[in-house]
Amino acid sequence: MQLRSLTVCAIIAFAAGLIVASFAGFREFLPGLLQGALITVEITLGGCVLSVIAAVIAALAKMYGPWPIRWLAVVYIEIFRGTSALVQLFWLFFVLPRFGLTMEPLTVAILALGLNVGAYGAEVVRGAVAAVPRGQWEATIALNMNRAQALRRIILPQAVVAMIPPWGNLFIELLKATAIVSLITVADLAFRAQEMNATTYRTVEIFSIVLVIYLAMAMLITIGMRRLEGLAAKGLARGRSH
Amino acid sequence: MTDIAKGPAPAAAPTGSPMVRFDQVTKSYGAFVVLDQLELDVAAGEKVAIIGPSGSGKTTVLRMLMTLEPINGGVIWVDGEPLTSMRRNGALVPADARHLRRMRGKIGMVFQHFNLFPHMTALKNCMEAPCTVLGLSKAESEARGRELLVMVGLGDKLQHYPAQLSGGQQQRVAIARALAMRPKVMLFDEVTSALDPELVGEVLNVIRKLGAELDLTMLMVTHQMGFAKEFADRVCFFYGGKICEQGPPAKLFGSPENERTRQFLRAVLEAT
Ligand SMILES: Nc1ncnc2c1ncn2[C@@H]1O[C@H](COP(=O)(O)OP(=O)(O)O)[C@@H](O)[C@H]1O
Ligand SMILES: [Mg+2]
Repeated sequence: MQLRSLTVCAIIAFAAGLIVASFAGFREFLPGLLQGALITVEITLGGCVLSVIAAVIAALAKMYGPWPIRWLAVVYIEIFRGTSALVQLFWLFFVLPRFGLTMEPLTVAILALGLNVGAYGAEVVRGAVAAVPRGQWEATIALNMNRAQALRRIILPQAVVAMIPPWGNLFIELLKATAIVSLITVADLAFRAQEMNATTYRTVEIFSIVLVIYLAMAMLITIGMRRLEGLAAKGLARGRSH
Repeated sequence: MTDIAKGPAPAAAPTGSPMVRFDQVTKSYGAFVVLDQLELDVAAGEKVAIIGPSGSGKTTVLRMLMTLEPINGGVIWVDGEPLTSMRRNGALVPADARHLRRMRGKIGMVFQHFNLFPHMTALKNCMEAPCTVLGLSKAESEARGRELLVMVGLGDKLQHYPAQLSGGQQQRVAIARALAMRPKVMLFDEVTSALDPELVGEVLNVIRKLGAELDLTMLMVTHQMGFAKEFADRVCFFYGGKICEQGPPAKLFGSPENERTRQFLRAVLEAT
């Protein structure tokens, strides 16, 4: 039922897009904006993948690591949650080269956003793992599994279902945050829009199209995550024992 | 008197080693002493039923033996070796992961609430640990799981997920899963308490079968007095963290000596 209302929203968004498209500037701006959107998609996808990896590693390190590793994980999480994504982006882009580490703007963008969202995701992962009933852990001990085996085979597969909805929100946050990468010369959707606006001053048309494109991408993420949640829940619900 | 448990632990294995020995084992949560210098020997192959009022420490005994709870004093011996400590230069030091793993391999446990893995079929539940822990091949662990599920009467439910099974069936899967690790000692903690009354029998029948066919040492916490009477070699009545009275079922149920035992048995009889 949620899925259907989302589909309706997507259709409305598309219709709105058509209305916007009927503006005179549509033909003129859309190709350039879509090029930017492609970069935005690229950063979003890369950032999402990185954020999940970073979050799982950080969460497990914080929960189960020996103290130096636990400490590192806490430092990572606190720094990336406690400072703004923009500052992190600038730091990676402008400060790291001073220490001899220069990266492509696109790489920096993915890195900054992935690590930023990963820090929030670590708490999501931690919460979901902690929510797996204690009896599951006890069964793994009684079966003589070690912690890594228990996590990999028993605990994480059950925790994943609870993680999916909050991860959906984080992915959308990540998508929206990609707009800041225009500030380090990455030609994403926001960058293209500003560029066109600066030369043509046709603000209403340009930013209306941009709005619709962002909305459509966010909706795709939401729909994708709902699908995923449905699949995962079905897999687990078949087996939920109480 | 209560402080003896904190003294130096005996460094030698008990003579004539029983399969399980609690040697002045003390367990407390903060200031609350759950088990007070527990002494309990269980011979190899012996079936011991543990009864007693709620909160008397019955579950704690099994959980300590499964290493799910640390102990605060004394030593638990299993198969002639200390459970959570090991001998080094004649002294007992806390066990390392390897020792713990070896000791846990001797013990299996079945829980009140089954604790099956919900994302795995009955067969996969039984195959998981033999594969990942014992390193059996998929085919070997599958054969083992299949055989055990057939033994507990679930040969037709191999591909069912826990949620598709009744409580009694789930508990039988849990028994098969524990047996798949080939333990020497099996622990049963009120394994029929979460079941609807009509499903209790099928689980008890499986336990009877294990008793008859396998050479297992069993400790079972139970409220099924009839079953304890017929199945156990010995019954231990726990009260306030101590074994208040123990003996052969005929003696303990027939002519209990302790007033608390009599009270408890009377109360249980009235309830059923
Ligand atoms: N994790 C815990 N923290 C504090 N007290 C506990 C804990 N687990 C058990 N207890 C207490 O220990 C006592 C014995 O518990 P338990 O062994 O479960 O009793 P039984 O199985 O005989 O009903 C109870 O009084 C219980 O409240
Ligand atoms: Mg209990």
